[in-house]
Amino acid sequence: MRITWADIKRWFRRLAYLASEAYNAPYRGMVARAKREQDDLFMLLIFSEMMGIPNPATYYTLELQPIMLEKFHEWHKRAGMEHSPLDDFRCC
Amino acid sequence: MTAIVPALIGMVLIAVGYFVYSKFIAEKIYQLDPNFETPAHSMRDDVDFTPTNRVVLWGHHFTSVAGAAPIIGPAIAVIWGWLPAFIWVIGGTIFFAGVHDFGAIWASVRNQGRSIGSLTGDVVSLRARTLFMIVIFFLLMMVNAVFAVAISNAFVATPSSVIPSWSAIAVAVVIGVLIYKMKVPLLWPTVLGVTMLYSVMYLGERFPVELPQTFMGLGAAPQWIIILFAYATIASMLPVWLLLQPRDYINGIQLIIGLGLLFGAVFIANPTIVAPMYNTVVPEGTPPLLPLLFVTIACGALSGFHGLVASGTTSKQLNKEPDARFVGYLGSSGEGLLALVTIIAVSAGFASLGEWQTVYAQFGGTIGISTFVAGGSQIVSDGLPLSQAFAATLLAVMAILFAATTMDTGVRLQRYIIQEWGTIYKIPALQNGYIATFLAVAACLALAFGAGGADGQGGMLIWPLFGTTNQLLAGLTLLVISVILVKLRRRYIFTLVPMVFVTTMSFLAAIYQLWDLFNGGSYMLMTLDVVVIILAIFVILESTSAFSREKKAAAAS
Repeated sequence: MRITWADIKRWFRRLAYLASEAYNAPYRGMVARAKREQDDLFMLLIFSEMMGIPNPATYYTLELQPIMLEKFHEWHKRAGMEHSPLDDFRCC
Repeated sequence: MTAIVPALIGMVLIAVGYFVYSKFIAEKIYQLDPNFETPAHSMRDDVDFTPTNRVVLWGHHFTSVAGAAPIIGPAIAVIWGWLPAFIWVIGGTIFFAGVHDFGAIWASVRNQGRSIGSLTGDVVSLRARTLFMIVIFFLLMMVNAVFAVAISNAFVATPSSVIPSWSAIAVAVVIGVLIYKMKVPLLWPTVLGVTMLYSVMYLGERFPVELPQTFMGLGAAPQWIIILFAYATIASMLPVWLLLQPRDYINGIQLIIGLGLLFGAVFIANPTIVAPMYNTVVPEGTPPLLPLLFVTIACGALSGFHGLVASGTTSKQLNKEPDARFVGYLGSSGEGLLALVTIIAVSAGFASLGEWQTVYAQFGGTIGISTFVAGGSQIVSDGLPLSQAFAATLLAVMAILFAATTMDTGVRLQRYIIQEWGTIYKIPALQNGYIATFLAVAACLALAFGAGGADGQGGMLIWPLFGTTNQLLAGLTLLVISVILVKLRRRYIFTLVPMVFVTTMSFLAAIYQLWDLFNGGSYMLMTLDVVVIILAIFVILESTSAFSREKKAAAAS
């Protein structure tokens, strides 16, 4: 059997895939959770004014609101609120 | 006798165990179904539940369970002769550990990927779940203390390992930053990290580090213990991606390189076993083989800790149910091989029986990583073109890194438990990460010193107690699996017999140690032993009641 350059490349890609999975798989959950916690804090910073928490940062983060809105539903579900806590908009 | 014989027999038996026994268990007892939708698919969230390639998952399971413990346990247990240790490691791997790890994954997969601890509450009783949590707490406390003592002994015995072992932290941080912050593809940091690690080994050999004989009334080993706990405190509070994750990855690579080197060297050098097959002249103070052998070697033959890994993370990532056999059974088989090569290193790595007897002049003591390093380096340097000093550094660093990573994880887990108590019992102070870490470290440090004394000697006294607790946990996991099997009306003998055996041995060992520790005046360890005995009694009572209840229920319906 002749080993072609393409074979070597394929093996190499496979090895790189296995190595990166071996590196990431065990900690995927832990890292994702840590990231989620940061995201939640960020969410709170952006929407805090709407929830009655005075926050000077709101003015500067106002333009981020439309972007974060999509994630808002996911967040309030995770935070244990069945429906949106904000009167202004009801995502569900 | 040549060491190739037990090496070969052990490998063949473990292979037969995998191909024949585990197949039988998979088909007839656990009845794995390729069409069953595993939690990784049904509950997929890409956080905890993610279908993962089985080779990757095997690698994760194997490297998580194979650490310093399957090196230290067999190294101590060879004092009774190499054959009893060999039989327990091979028999244990085939009939106990494999079934246990594999079963824990299966039980968890069939119950929405829940951990064995939480399953205990449902399947056995809420009391058993509390018992489970207490056993885990003690196990973590002991694991941190015992590994700190083991590492400190290794630093004193192999001063050349100091620089490379600490440099590994820097190497890990560099890899972590390169991958997470700079998004460099994994391959290059891997090559760089491994090259850096092996280069600093030469540096370590050139510049061995020895701490002062005494400093503020403390010997060298206790000084190391304090430094190690200071490290564990800081390391356990760092983000996982920065240190723990890359460290774990390097350890995995080291484990595979180390195993390859050792087995390769055994087959090339063909060393002769100088240790007695069965030691009839054990040093004074050595406890009886029965029941102590079965708790001295926990990891490597059967270990409850595996169940935590199996049901905590592995089961949530299992792609197909039949993969449980490959991942769980073969994962523990890999650990069995590490224990096997340790037995060979400490029984064939010495020049003569006299030299071996000088090393094994006392049970426990400083026997452990350093003994494995001394024997293993001799074999590696005989079989491969490496100097003995370099081989010693390499093996010492490998074992130290395993133990240090376990400490790092252990302190972290201990902190989580204390924080959880803070939440349950509404004590805000305990919920604070710093306070919880401080408490966790203080408890472990007290145990390390209480066990080893200010001179740091005799630290391994605690080892059998650690093994006992570990086996109790294994007993509880096997109980959960057996009860599930009873409920399903399947044959449960294959999990029940290991459970009864290991719980009985743990109980007997704890009773024996009570007497031994009382005579030795180690009252702190004695108190701990009393707790372990009480736990063991509860495990036995819980098992009996759960079993008779389920049997009756099964018969009635």
